[in-house]
Amino acid sequence: MSNFAAKGAWVEIHSKVLPAGERAPQVPQDTQRVPLVMRAKGFLLQAAQVGDDVEIETCAGRHLSGTLVIINPPYTHTFGPPIDELITIGNEVRAILRERSQSQ
Amino acid sequence: MSRYQHIMAQKEEIVKASVGLDYAHYTTGLLAFDYEKLLADTGYDVTTAADIQRQTAVGNTPLVELKNITELVRATAAPGNGARIFIKDEAANPSGSFKDRRASLSIHEAKKRGYSGVAAATSGNYGAAVASQAAKAGLRCIIVQEAFDSQNIAQPEIAEKTRACEAYGAEVIRLSVGPELFYVFLKVLKDTGYFNASLYTPYSIIGIETLGFELAQQVKELCGRFPDAVITTHAGGGNVTGTARGLRKAGAVDTQMIAASVDLSGLHMASDHDFNRKSFTTGHTGFSMPFSTWPDRADVPRNAARALRYMDRFVTVTQGEVFYITQVLAELEGLQRGPAGNTSLAAAFAIAREMNEDHIVVVQETEYTGAGKHPLAQLNLAKKLGIEISRGDPKDNKPGVRIVIPRAPSQIAVTDVDLPGVRRSYLRHALEHLPSDTTLGAIDLQFLADETRTDLKFVEESIDELHRTAG
Ligand SMILES: Cc1ncc(COP(=O)(O)O)c(C=O)c1O
Repeated sequence: MSNFAAKGAWVEIHSKVLPAGERAPQVPQDTQRVPLVMRAKGFLLQAAQVGDDVEIETCAGRHLSGTLVIINPPYTHTFGPPIDELITIGNEVRAILRERSQSQ
Repeated sequence: MSRYQHIMAQKEEIVKASVGLDYAHYTTGLLAFDYEKLLADTGYDVTTAADIQRQTAVGNTPLVELKNITELVRATAAPGNGARIFIKDEAANPSGSFKDRRASLSIHEAKKRGYSGVAAATSGNYGAAVASQAAKAGLRCIIVQEAFDSQNIAQPEIAEKTRACEAYGAEVIRLSVGPELFYVFLKVLKDTGYFNASLYTPYSIIGIETLGFELAQQVKELCGRFPDAVITTHAGGGNVTGTARGLRKAGAVDTQMIAASVDLSGLHMASDHDFNRKSFTTGHTGFSMPFSTWPDRADVPRNAARALRYMDRFVTVTQGEVFYITQVLAELEGLQRGPAGNTSLAAAFAIAREMNEDHIVVVQETEYTGAGKHPLAQLNLAKKLGIEISRGDPKDNKPGVRIVIPRAPSQIAVTDVDLPGVRRSYLRHALEHLPSDTTLGAIDLQFLADETRTDLKFVEESIDELHRTAG
């Protein structure tokens, strides 16, 4: 995949909102130690390469800046493989209902 | 002053401009405010809300009797027990959950007042609802989500919400873990001047009233009477509040309102480490405990979702029980539905077992399901993070460590939350918010009785007790 994106390409940017150590006082230790980061998508306002500082126009028409991280960012969430602990439940409960209807 | 503090200091003016409500106007005491007037002054009620919702095909969702699940309950119940279970199929709303009801009046109001766009801070179904309604109304939309941890692992259900919001043409700001989401949200509101379609305004709550109202009417029509109990998946409290208000407005004043949450005790809501170990994104105690014991922690000065005013009973179920019942719903009733509504279904399964055969229990919502927003996605992520998955006794379920899927339906049970304890915790928070060197007057004491759904005696005794233990 090319690292170069043309002006107008649909991309994802990344930026640091609050550095570690400048987090809200109420956050727990583990969260204090990491920065608050943002990811947003939009149309690239100038041709650029992954890793460049860029500006995008979002779907709401706002201009946001950050580091170009992904060109045409995919949706990767899925189901994954079936889970053994769930896969037999249907047969188990159908058997209970069958037994109940036979004994009635 | 840090960047964070600088924006947070402007919170009041930003919020005021973005919701167009003068909350100060409703203050009646040191803590007290006129809750009913705040809602009434919107000019909307359950009837006008339903009219507005009809224009975008929101509401009028089917009520489905779960006959096979009821049979399964009866197979595990004492003879003569096992109430009829119905479910309100809120997944039939345009964006797939009851949250369309919640978004509808905000978008209507934003449009009416000439805002050019709407924004909402939400990682859940509500974002999709706001985006869907905004798309139809021709308004721009920005959704701010807490979406991934410091390893850049996205919570799969929230990833699906990102996709849904983007499908409706919204800008989605995805953030790593932390309550500073509110800081980013305030910056968005300040930048854009958009309407804050908060989950917690009076518009949101009145929009949900139609759910309780419809449900009561549907049960009455089908069964000749109102339901004995309605079970509601409970997080920030809007679902309980709006549904209960709607039930009352339909005349179902004796129907028991039961709130149900997934028990996530032991996990910290603002922890980067725990974020992806919850396996649930809503309807859990990480929201319902803090919001029940102090609702005014929202993105508006006075939260219109005040669940403690409406709950008759508050129960928890385990993660494993909800995954189990989700599978049962699909395989016995032919309904593949998302996780949140199934929290109250798991509770209904246990509660129906305690009730008489001719009693009626309603699970008041379903939500859509799909990639990411599904037990398989959650359990596969849990496994990857080292959480143990097994069949066994739900009592051994330990959030973040072990998810135990029940061996048999007879093991599904609810744990009652100590409601008087929750009420005392609310009162403790109230005292913490009392300006120093002030004392509570009659208006405030009555307000606290209303808030906790108790009486002056309970409030005064609890406050005395709190002073004694503090002093
Ligand atoms: C489908 C669904 N059910 C229940 C809830 C809980 O509602 P509330 O936060 O108003 O208690 C939510 C909200 O997060 C939801 O999306």
